Amino acid sequence: MQAHQRMLDPTSNGQHSGESPLLRTIGLTKRYGDFLANDCIDIEIRPREIHALLGENGAGKSTLVKAIYGLIQPSAGEIHWQGERIVLSGPSEARIRGIGMVFQHFSLFDNLTVAENVALGLDGKESFKDMSARLEQVSKTYGLPLDPRREVWQLSVGERQRIEIVRALMQDPKFLILDEPTAVLTPQEADQLFIVLDRLKAEGRAILYISHKLEEVKRLCDTATILRGGRKVETCNPRLETAASLARMMVGGEVKEVKGASGRRTTVPRLVVNDLSLAPVEAHGVRLEHISFELKGGEILGIAGVAGNGQDELFAALSGERLAKNPGTVVIEGIAAGHLSITQRRKLGAAFVPEERLGHGTAPRMRLSENALLTGHAASGMVRRGFIDTAATLRTVDRATETFDVRKAKRDPEAASLSGGNLQKFIVGREILRNPAVLVVSQPTWGVDAGAAAVIRQALLDLATAGAAVLVTSQDLDELAEIADRIAVMFHGKLSAPLSAREASREKLGLLMGGSSLQPKEIAHAAGA
Amino acid sequence: MELVEAIILAVLAASTPLLIAATGELVAERSGVLNLGVEGMMIVGAACGFAGAWLTGSIFIGALFGIVAGTLMSLVFALMALGLAVNQVATGLALTILGVGLSGLIGAGFVGERITPAVQLVIPGLTNVPLIGRVLFGENGFVYFSIALIVAVWWFLYRTRAGLILRACGDNHASAHALGYPVLRIRTLAVMFGGACAGLAGAYLPLAYTPFFIPGMTAGRGWIALALVVFSSWRPGRLVVGAYLFGAVTILQLHAQGWGVGIPSQFMSALPYLATVIVLVLLSRARTGGSTAPAALGTVFVPDR
Repeated sequence: MQAHQRMLDPTSNGQHSGESPLLRTIGLTKRYGDFLANDCIDIEIRPREIHALLGENGAGKSTLVKAIYGLIQPSAGEIHWQGERIVLSGPSEARIRGIGMVFQHFSLFDNLTVAENVALGLDGKESFKDMSARLEQVSKTYGLPLDPRREVWQLSVGERQRIEIVRALMQDPKFLILDEPTAVLTPQEADQLFIVLDRLKAEGRAILYISHKLEEVKRLCDTATILRGGRKVETCNPRLETAASLARMMVGGEVKEVKGASGRRTTVPRLVVNDLSLAPVEAHGVRLEHISFELKGGEILGIAGVAGNGQDELFAALSGERLAKNPGTVVIEGIAAGHLSITQRRKLGAAFVPEERLGHGTAPRMRLSENALLTGHAASGMVRRGFIDTAATLRTVDRATETFDVRKAKRDPEAASLSGGNLQKFIVGREILRNPAVLVVSQPTWGVDAGAAAVIRQALLDLATAGAAVLVTSQDLDELAEIADRIAVMFHGKLSAPLSAREASREKLGLLMGGSSLQPKEIAHAAGA
Repeated sequence: MELVEAIILAVLAASTPLLIAATGELVAERSGVLNLGVEGMMIVGAACGFAGAWLTGSIFIGALFGIVAGTLMSLVFALMALGLAVNQVATGLALTILGVGLSGLIGAGFVGERITPAVQLVIPGLTNVPLIGRVLFGENGFVYFSIALIVAVWWFLYRTRAGLILRACGDNHASAHALGYPVLRIRTLAVMFGGACAGLAGAYLPLAYTPFFIPGMTAGRGWIALALVVFSSWRPGRLVVGAYLFGAVTILQLHAQGWGVGIPSQFMSALPYLATVIVLVLLSRARTGGSTAPAALGTVFVPDR
């Protein structure tokens, strides 16, 4: 495979992949207090290599690349660059040496223009005008179109990532780090990115590719290093592995498969949305336009879409954080609820799990029992004559802990002290234990380890089997394919007609996520706007 | 005619300290730091400025004393709010309370003393031109300096790379840090600039406005400067307009009392703040897109190393 790649490569200068590594870490260790984020990690990256860095959340991937990019100083260990030991004083030194990075959470400035954003990532030796000219040239060369004069807040997530990539490429890096670049892209956008990456590789550059999408890694990467709990587990050729064997190395055990009950029966409509339109509240918010769907008991409806296409706004409208003008636009259990508050909707039997765990799903500095009370008080017996029944709140915590295997240090710790996966299990558990008729859940397994994700997905399936209507918003198409009966796509505040899970191929969903399935008339309208 | 000229001169004189202090605060806020201690830094600048001028007999050295005093005050703020990541609002309010007390202490020995105020420019032939002569060619150095200052700040913010980096810190400190910019150092410098400006604006009062020092003589001008930054929606051009508008309102208030107009002076004093509230409402209603306030304004930043 590698020999084949070299033959295709016009810039090859006869070196082979046995050549000395471009970057090497020896015993790299990063300690935060008692916690070892990276424990003696050795990794070698060669030119002309796409090297995957795999691992669950908290495995230490981000810490490792931050150390390589000079953002943090390792506590121990060495970094060797082109055979020579280096100590990086900061990212600018890394950039001067030829190390570039594209961040997962983009390091962009929303209120500055594309050109200004790019300028900030460069050393500022050339004039702004020359830089702008070079920006246009680089973006044309690599097929990454950008308008330098637009401000970032106006751009889509895919366009924002392009800025990051072009900014990194303008420094002509020998080594490029990409932190989960496809997490926010449609499948088609991801394919475009892979073409660019293959081209960079052919130019002789090395790429460190962080991802937890295993199929993608198998397709793209020459080498994979797997981290678990801050340690290196294995370095292997991902093409010779299966997705399952890679997952085993990441998790350190088998991942439980989620089983849906066959023959789930749908019953009456429990959540109905009729022609819901809402103007945005925030400066960069999305307008919801004519959203309609019907969700029956026993059914899971998945909503796919790239983040920021109105999913948050839809959640707020369903949960009652934002009220609709017309009560009939949101119907819960047959009762018009568009004008009802969150508590009133809960009393109708609805439950809500927002995307953000800390700050939205829970109050971070409050105990789990207090957090259980905060969403449960309206509909369960935790308050008596205005006084808190502490024993009852603790019983709720214990039940959620047992049923959903929440791991925590104390019986009733602060919400913020739990890991992401365990806190999410608690939040989902807290809502499910109330036996809701309707559950609206946003990004149920975002940033959650594979084990906890399986528990949560199983819980959602079981809830639907028990007769509840479940609405799941997710950016993870695999997750939706696994649990949803029907999948609709959100784009620019509009919701597509739901496809049955069987007919919803990745390609079809990807097209909808990119907004391509609009009627011709609407496309003309959008282009004219 | 004479009256119009007098009013314009009075407006300029009243606006200049607002413009200088607000220019400094604009730079600090554009870097993402909300320093509510402007009033405190001004009043200490006033006391120290007067002390400097009285001791040396030089207005210029007095102004330097004011600048240094304001900068030192802002360093206290920077140490707390940036170095120790304390809440910026609380720190700024504390700084104002500290400043009011400190200025009373420093200025106690100077109350009742007089100095010769800052001289005004005289260009024979030009200064005598009716109406505009004294307005354009007969001001003291502070007035010309304040205009040069805001032009320089505009040029710095929008035409230099350092200004771009400063705006970037105010928009998203995490991104600026990830790109390798020393966010805290940049913000400290911006806060110090704000302190220097506030100190100078304070020193203007006893050195050019009234030739003596009285405790509490800033009389809320620091708060008006803060409101002015919001009023200007963080843009230097609008800041100039706002400064003269707010200055005009304070002068109008005096004249209205003199003319016996039946508007309570308290209402007139409240006008700048009322105007700021109205501008904020208009801005949020217009909502043309990009946010107007620096996105990271007032948020604590602790770099992880």
